[in-house]
Amino acid sequence: MAGKIITISSGKGGVGKTTATANLGLSLAMLGKRVTCIDADIGLRNLDVMLGLENRIVYDIINFIEGRCRFRQALVRDKRFPELFMMAAAQTRGKNSITVEDMTRVAREAAEISDYVLIDSPAGIEHGFRYAVAPADLVLIVTNPEVTAVRDADRVIGLLEAEELAPAQLILNRFKPELVRRNEMLDPDTVIDLLAIDLIGIVPEDSMVFVAGNQGRPVALDEHSRAGKAFRNIGRRLTGEDVPFEALRKQTFIQRLFGSR
Amino acid sequence: MKLLDLFRRKKKSGQYIAAQRLRLVLTHDRANISPGMLEVLKDEIIAVISKHLDIDTENVIVNLTEDNRRTRLVADIPIFTNRTRKTDARSKKGTPGTS
Repeated sequence: MAGKIITISSGKGGVGKTTATANLGLSLAMLGKRVTCIDADIGLRNLDVMLGLENRIVYDIINFIEGRCRFRQALVRDKRFPELFMMAAAQTRGKNSITVEDMTRVAREAAEISDYVLIDSPAGIEHGFRYAVAPADLVLIVTNPEVTAVRDADRVIGLLEAEELAPAQLILNRFKPELVRRNEMLDPDTVIDLLAIDLIGIVPEDSMVFVAGNQGRPVALDEHSRAGKAFRNIGRRLTGEDVPFEALRKQTFIQRLFGSR
Repeated sequence: MKLLDLFRRKKKSGQYIAAQRLRLVLTHDRANISPGMLEVLKDEIIAVISKHLDIDTENVIVNLTEDNRRTRLVADIPIFTNRTRKTDARSKKGTPGTS
């Protein structure tokens, strides 16, 4: 049976799409799943660096599409998990070198050899976004608890709904519980309520994510990282496991009453 | 909104302001109507209805509302009736030059 194709998208740039893709790829691999991560951000590839696989790339997705290499040759095998693969974006080309049909063909081929195919979508809602979501069975929308990011997420959700593409679920990234407690930041319930979309996970702000990105060792591998744990939980939810949401989501009545921690 | 929230939000929190701004932006984005466009719409609605009815143009409210991703244009248009006009006249009694 072909694997599930999941596209990670956001509308706005810089909210953590690539971080989420890398961490969910690893989280699923840690659960023993066969995973292929595809970097669809042609011209601005970064998934390779996040995963620490930048030095192993021989061929990229455009090379495969143009018939310069076989499918397997375009895949980079992860050094930690032999069943985790990455397909790099081309760096010297533009988004227009891929069509919706190309991406669909690549994703379906990847799904033949994987349990999960994760596609890291480019920012924006133009052609790059469109080919990235076209083959998806599920779209994970990453947003931050900021007005601008939520607004852009809403546009993406609207487009997915209007064109009857895949169902969408929300990852609320870079969430700062302290700021919400002080009523300085949008709280998760408000965001979910306004977007009218299912939540699959809340990832707390964690400086380890930054360090991990620099080292090419995603936080999902870090036992002690709160963000890492949140990503691992999302991975488990993707496999159908019922994982309760972290306590940071909602304050208790007493906490609300006194407005404190 | 809960009663306690009302007390706590007396000085409007950053969270409250963000939520209100977000709500407004999303409503207008989804309906593809800018706040300025809504004003134009309001003026035109007033002009059309005034041809047929005597309306209280000062107190017309035209707004977008939203529930569950369903957006509605809601217009609240007070109409002057015989009664409201009478009370209006009464309240004006005593002002110079009316008797």
